Amino acid sequence: MAQAGKGSGPSSHGVATSGEQRDSALKIAIVDESPVRAAILEEGLREAGFTQVERIAETQNLLSRIYALDPDVILIDLENPSRDVLEQMFQMSRAVKRPVAMFVDQSDSASIQAAVDAGVSAYIVDGLRKERITNILDLCISRFNAFARLQSELDHAKGALEERKVIDRAKGVLMQAKKLSEEKAYALLRTKAMNENKKIVEIAQSVLTAAELLK
Amino acid sequence: MNEKLRIGFIPLVDATTLLVAVDAGFTTAEGLYVELIREVSWSNVRDKLNIGLFDAAHLLSPVAIASSLGIGHVRVPLVVPFNLGINGNAITVSPWLFSALSDATDGDLTDPKVSARALSRIVSERKARGLEPLNFGMTFPFSHHNYQLRYWMAAGGIDPDEDVRLVVLPPPYMVESLASKQVDAFCVGAPWNSVAVDLGVGSILHFGREIMTRVSEKVFALRQQWAEENPDIVARLVRALVLASNFVSNSDNRATVAHIVAQRLGVNTELVTRTLTGNLKTTGDGTIRKSERYIVVSGHEANRPDVSQATWAYAQMVRWGQAQLSAESQASAENVFRADLYDSALDMTGENAHDTHVTDIGALFDPAFDPTDIAGYLASWRSKRARPLRLTLVR
Repeated sequence: MAQAGKGSGPSSHGVATSGEQRDSALKIAIVDESPVRAAILEEGLREAGFTQVERIAETQNLLSRIYALDPDVILIDLENPSRDVLEQMFQMSRAVKRPVAMFVDQSDSASIQAAVDAGVSAYIVDGLRKERITNILDLCISRFNAFARLQSELDHAKGALEERKVIDRAKGVLMQAKKLSEEKAYALLRTKAMNENKKIVEIAQSVLTAAELLK
Repeated sequence: MNEKLRIGFIPLVDATTLLVAVDAGFTTAEGLYVELIREVSWSNVRDKLNIGLFDAAHLLSPVAIASSLGIGHVRVPLVVPFNLGINGNAITVSPWLFSALSDATDGDLTDPKVSARALSRIVSERKARGLEPLNFGMTFPFSHHNYQLRYWMAAGGIDPDEDVRLVVLPPPYMVESLASKQVDAFCVGAPWNSVAVDLGVGSILHFGREIMTRVSEKVFALRQQWAEENPDIVARLVRALVLASNFVSNSDNRATVAHIVAQRLGVNTELVTRTLTGNLKTTGDGTIRKSERYIVVSGHEANRPDVSQATWAYAQMVRWGQAQLSAESQASAENVFRADLYDSALDMTGENAHDTHVTDIGALFDPAFDPTDIAGYLASWRSKRARPLRLTLVR
């Protein structure tokens, strides 16, 4: 889905080239408090040929930062309370350009759903053709989803590491209390877990709690 | 039949009745299993309700109308079968603006008519001296925070679009922005005004209710289509909310209610109680201002949707250029507030039905609001503004 877009249509080579020039001229602002995710998104946009990408991390004076930058497209993460600040731009007649929401008709509801699910929202300036923005948004959605996967893998890895530590400590307790080898201690934890239909880490945690109480 | 529902809310005290309906078990008793989802922005709440990620939401009243009219965004008609809160806003000013107002005033600053004149003098003087305009924070373009500030300023002869800057700030950033002088004042809901006072970075100048005695601040909103497809669930939701409202009204439950709200909002229970009972510290020196109607979250008078509130909000949108005036749009706006859904859920149709024509916004400044003639009402404001302003500086 997240194709680069350039030259993918039935257009001649010449048209594709001019499309590329326009894409690189498109100014994109990323408003995201997560520096890692913003960097991932920026990298993706640059790879796709968008060279004018600016990241805005701080929330103070957001509107004046945006007016000074005068972007064609603004991308903002949905966890950012400053999204409401951007809504004000639709109201202000003195704005240099009047950004409008990415989605202004009902036919976009599938794209809205995908974007909201991924946790991102986009605003574009009035007059910019929607097709030109589709690949930016697709890219955004896939990068946001990739970041979420990365995050959950990281959380999972952290969790696994914690579990490992708990099990190791419980093994130590059993080895000392019952004079068992490491293998026997682990086998005891595993058998108990199977018999009680629990996870090994839960049994290990109980061992640690009991050991703490019996100290 | 058991139903699973997802309901979005913003951590504010006027979500009380919704939070109690879920956390004190009133929705479960109706067979509704509700997951409450705390959100960070009104834009998120609106979008997630609109696309069906939420079945219902705690929403700013004017946003429900704007969404139904399709202003600025995809048009998604919403309906309101239950009003969550009346009033609850306050205007808080920075210490320097408070002292400037005290210098410029010709009377008692607690009177909004007096303070509006004082503010007007400060604004004119700054203009004459070529200083930057004052910055006022508010929470959303479609909000009574925005409209109340504008209404009050305009009554003092200030053009809120020309003479000052009105900026949207997420409520959790308000206090910080006042402290760092990004804004000189703000209008926001509870508990943020009290937080500013407690930290000594601002003084509460006015409760919203001193400017308008009865304004629908937050509503319980549903997609119209969803409500039409699920009339039974709508009725069960309304019943659960009404039972929660009765629970909140009973002062024996005050501690339980404060506990539930404080947990969901992440603030201390004392702050919630102070807010719900309308006992607010207004200045750093501990001055208390009391008003039983500072915020009203329970009782028929607060909860039954009142169509005159929709008309008032729509008139504000027209006044400040957000919406065009037409009979058709006015009717669409008024159709958002559905007293009939409230009444039928409680079996209060026929003889038991309430009078649907209560029109008591209680707006402070003349001219009186006429819901049947918005054009005439707005024209009389324009003629007021055309009169030369009194700009005498009082020393």
